[in-house]
Amino acid sequence: MRCDPATFQCLKEKIAVYREFLKNWLEPSNLEKLRPTLKFQTGILAGFALLASVLLGVTNCSTEGAIQQRLAEDLAKSLEEVVPAALHDNDMLQDTLTIPSADYNIGANKTTVYIAKKSGDVTAVCFKFTAPDGYSGAINMIAGIDRNGNILGVRVLSHKETPGLGDKIEAAKSDWISNFVGRSLDNLSAAQWAVKKDGGEFDQFAGATITPRKSVQAIYRSLQLFKAHQAQLINPVAGLSPDNE
Amino acid sequence: MFISETYRKIASDGLWNNNIVFGQNLALCPLLAVTGTATNGLGMGLATLVVITASNGLISLTRHLIPGEIRIPIFVLLIAALVTLVDILMNAWAHELYKVLGLFIALIVTNCALLGRAEAFASKQPVKHALWDGLMMGAGFTLVLVALGAAREISASGTLFANASLLLGESFRFLEVTVIPDYKGFLLMALPPGGFIMLAFLIVGKRLIDQKLAQRKAQSILVNEAITE
Repeated sequence: MRCDPATFQCLKEKIAVYREFLKNWLEPSNLEKLRPTLKFQTGILAGFALLASVLLGVTNCSTEGAIQQRLAEDLAKSLEEVVPAALHDNDMLQDTLTIPSADYNIGANKTTVYIAKKSGDVTAVCFKFTAPDGYSGAINMIAGIDRNGNILGVRVLSHKETPGLGDKIEAAKSDWISNFVGRSLDNLSAAQWAVKKDGGEFDQFAGATITPRKSVQAIYRSLQLFKAHQAQLINPVAGLSPDNE
Repeated sequence: MFISETYRKIASDGLWNNNIVFGQNLALCPLLAVTGTATNGLGMGLATLVVITASNGLISLTRHLIPGEIRIPIFVLLIAALVTLVDILMNAWAHELYKVLGLFIALIVTNCALLGRAEAFASKQPVKHALWDGLMMGAGFTLVLVALGAAREISASGTLFANASLLLGESFRFLEVTVIPDYKGFLLMALPPGGFIMLAFLIVGKRLIDQKLAQRKAQSILVNEAITE
């Protein structure tokens, strides 16, 4: 059919033809005839697969930015919880330094440290770490440490410990986690960095010892990691240049 | 009469007679995994309700296109795509809710109840009926999850609807109650075996009620017959 795109009538007629065809094709009686044929079955399975992939692909692409932003907001919120807002005037998400952490058994081989600065001076650092050996899997935590190595705050980000017992490590469930504020490698000896059952300073929970024990040990290791890189972290000029990983 | 006989039948099937857990004994994996507390049960129930309604509707809508020989792969494909879609969209646009419910959304993929309803109901019924069936099956599932979660939570830690405000918002904080103050806790009930045990009690309870109802019905028939004689 020869057709001038400018003529509206012609286009309308074409669409009507297609619509008529689709309507007849979708008649239950027509589909009844088509369904047993191999060609139709192959086509329909491919069609559904294609439709699903396109739909998922489009959704994924169009929401990727929004999801990244939500995750960044989550991270910023956790950073705010362990580093008081009064201590920094920079955007910690942009001020990062990556240090090797493979020797400290805190989950990752490389740890991204978020650096809090006030008028250009480093006041505190903050990083995520993991107790890989919790009672039922990894316990992911975040800690804020001031430039002298004192803990500003620790929060549990996610865990799979027993509800009602091990989950008292969450700030929402009990104030156990606040016992770490002000602690450091200097004001507690290595033996004191343990739960009371093991002769240390920190409470265990009734019915759950492993969760707090492993949490205390991981926090201790994270302080050791900080100490090993303290000079480089609190004085970025002397250390490596900051990155944006 | 607003609700016709068909709709009433679908509703009573979904909520009680042919309930996903009590009647069909399906979906026990997500059931036992999340019913440690009533709040978690409610979250899982609501997430399932939405997805099962959508999957029923979608499958009923395309039922004439789907040949019997390859229906299972297509159902699986549709359900998996739907669950992933809900997961992505919720993560992007309802992030606070996602942080609480996200765990449950992924678990729905393993929920054979969805495939069961697609196969047994949605692929043979008009869209309206299929949507209603999904809604009622989901509601029935939610009821069981909340009941089981509540029973386990009370016996395990003496509380009810702990952290409900995290799921439903601050205005629902009144739901959080401590049923037994100074309760020492009963660890077994919080763990999966406790779920099995409590579920057994619930199923026994359902059977007993059904028996009572059947007896009463039989008796009333007898009485009626005696009167007419």
